[in-house]
Amino acid sequence: MKSTPLSSDQIFRPLARRKIANNVVFGLGTFALFLVIAPSIWIVGQVFARAIPHFSFSVLSTSGVGLGGGLKNDILGTLVITTGVAVIAGGIGILTGIYLSQFASGRVSAILRSSSEILAGIPSIVIGYVGYITLVVHFHWGFSLGAGLITLSVMVIPYIAKTTEVALRQVPTAYVEGAEALGLQPFRILRKIILKSALPGITTGMIVALAISIGETAPLLYTAGYSQNLPHIALTHSPIGYLTYAVWTFYNQPTLSAQRLSFDAAFLLIVFLLLLIGISRIIVATTQRHAETQR
Amino acid sequence: MALPANRLVDPRLTEHRFVPSTTLGKNPLRLVSSMVAAIPLLALVAILSVLSFNSLPAIRYNGLHLLTSTHWNPGNFYANPVTTNGVTHPLLANYGAWPLIVGTLASSFIAILIALPISVGAALIVARRLGPRLRSLLGFFFELLAGIPSVIFGLWGALTLGPLLARDIYPFISKHLPNIILVRYFKGSTGSGEGLLTSGIVLAIMIVPIIASTTRDLILQVPAQTEDGAQALGLTDWEVARKVTFRWVSAGIIGATVLGLARALGETMAVAMISGSVLGSLPTNIYSTFTTIAATIVSQLDSALTDATGLAVATLAEVALLIMVVTLLTNIGARILIKKVSNTSLPVGRGI
Repeated sequence: MKSTPLSSDQIFRPLARRKIANNVVFGLGTFALFLVIAPSIWIVGQVFARAIPHFSFSVLSTSGVGLGGGLKNDILGTLVITTGVAVIAGGIGILTGIYLSQFASGRVSAILRSSSEILAGIPSIVIGYVGYITLVVHFHWGFSLGAGLITLSVMVIPYIAKTTEVALRQVPTAYVEGAEALGLQPFRILRKIILKSALPGITTGMIVALAISIGETAPLLYTAGYSQNLPHIALTHSPIGYLTYAVWTFYNQPTLSAQRLSFDAAFLLIVFLLLLIGISRIIVATTQRHAETQR
Repeated sequence: MALPANRLVDPRLTEHRFVPSTTLGKNPLRLVSSMVAAIPLLALVAILSVLSFNSLPAIRYNGLHLLTSTHWNPGNFYANPVTTNGVTHPLLANYGAWPLIVGTLASSFIAILIALPISVGAALIVARRLGPRLRSLLGFFFELLAGIPSVIFGLWGALTLGPLLARDIYPFISKHLPNIILVRYFKGSTGSGEGLLTSGIVLAIMIVPIIASTTRDLILQVPAQTEDGAQALGLTDWEVARKVTFRWVSAGIIGATVLGLARALGETMAVAMISGSVLGSLPTNIYSTFTTIAATIVSQLDSALTDATGLAVATLAEVALLIMVVTLLTNIGARILIKKVSNTSLPVGRGI
C-alpha cells in the first residue's frame, strides 16, 4: 500500500475547520448507523405489534384450512425441511470444508473453493427453477419434500463449507505440532485435535445455514410446493407446508383471518431467527472466554 | 504478524496442512471427502447446463428481440399452436425482457446508491468510535438485518413503508423538485407506494449488512501502527480515516459493494411483493410500478405451466439464464478484483 505525503496546505489548514469537518463526518456516520438500526427495529417491532395482540396458541396446534385455521402444518413443515437440510447440507458442507482445508492441493482447492463461492451468489429463484425443471418435472418427483430439500441444500452448502474450512484452518498450529510431537496418528489428530477445536466455528456455520433455510421462500415454492396436510416423511410426491409460504400467500388476501395468519407466521419466523442468533452468540462468547483463559 | 481471530482472514494465510498427503492417501475420509467436495462444482455445472438446454427453444424463437422488446405476450393458449423456426409456440406469442432488464438494473442501482454511503459511515463508527461491547451489540443488529427472511422485508415494504412513503413523502418530493434533467424522474404520479423507489429502499436495507459488516471487519484489520502514525502527525480522526484507513480498505469495500449488487440483482420475494409486478411496460418515473427478472420468474411460472407448447417455461429459463450469467459475472469480477489488490477474501453470499 502506497502512502501519499501530505501537502503543506493540508497540514496548515486551520485546526478549527478541520475539527468541524471531523465532527460533521462522524455526525453523519452516527446518523448512518441510526439508519441501519432503525429499520431492523421497525421491521421486527411492526411484525410483533401486529402479531402479538391477537396471538393465540391455537395457531400452533391447528393446521391451515383454506384461508383460516392455524399454522401447525407450516411449523412442522419448516422444522422437517430445516432438519433435512441440516443433515444433507451439513454432511456435504462439513466434508467439503475438511477436504478443502486438509487434503486438496492448491490448484484443485482453488477451483472447488471458487465454484462453491460462486454457487452461493446464484439467485435463489434460479436454483429453485432448476430444481423444478429437473426434480419435479423431469424426474417425476412432483412437488415434494425431496425436491425441496435438495434445492435448498445446494443453496446452503457453500456457507457450511466456507465456515468449516476457515474454522479448520484457524486451529493453532501449536496444537497440531504438540499432538504430532506426542506421537499421535495423523487421523487421530484430525479427529481429536483439529475437529474438536474447530467445532464452535463449524456450529456457527451450521446455524447460519439453518437460518437461511428457515427464511427462504423462492427455492421452495416450485419444488416443495405447498400443503395444508401435516408433513409425512415421504421424499417424493409429498408437497409440504412451510412458514414463509404462509407469509407470502396470505398477506394480501381479503380476509382478516388470512392476514393475521401471515403476521403470525412472520412472528414465528423472527422468533426462530432470534433463537438461532442467540445460540450462535452464546457459542462464540463461551469459546472466546475459554480461549482467553488458556492464554 | 499475529492473526486476528477474524472470519474474514483468508484461509490461505494460515496455511498449515497437518497430514503428509501420503499417509492419508488411502484413508477413507480423504476418499469420501474428495468425492463430496466436487458437489458444489457439479451443481454449478448442472444448473448452467439445465438452464441452457431448457432455454434453447426460447432462444431460437425469441432471438435477440427478447433483449430489446417491451412486449410480454404469452400468446393465445386456446388457438392451435403454430411452428416458427422449428419451434412450436402459441399463436402470437411475443416476449420482450427489456422492461425486466431495466427494472432489475434500476432497482439495484438505487439500492447501491443508498446502501453504500450508509454502510461505510456506519462501519466507520462501529469500528472506530465504539468499544468492543457496543460493537458486539451492533453486530447483533447487522446479523438480525442479514437474517430477516425476504418475505418479511416484502411484508414490511408492501404494507408499512410503501404506503407511508406514498402518503407523506413522495407527493412532497414530486411537488417541490424542479422539472429539469434527471430530477424530472422524481416528478409526476407517485402511485400507491409499490414501485421502483420503494423497492430500491428495501433492497438497500437488505444489502446494508453485507457491505457494512465486511467494511467493519476490513477496517478492524488495518494495521494499528499505520493509523497511529498518522494520528501522531496530528491528523484528525476523519483525516486518518480518509488518508489511511480508506486507502487500505477501498478495494475491499468495492468488492463488498459488487457482492451486494449481485444480491440486489437476484433478490426475488421482496421485490415481487413491492414492485407492483407490471409486465410489458417501462417505468416512467422513479415511483412507477415495474418488475425484475427474478420477480417475474417467481410470479409467472404458475401461469407459464399452462402453456402446452412449453415456450413460456422455456422463456423463463432464458431470462433465468440471463440473470444467472449477470450475477455470476459480478460475483467473479468482485472476487478477482479483491484477489488482485489485497489478501482478504470476500464473504460468501449474504456476507457470512
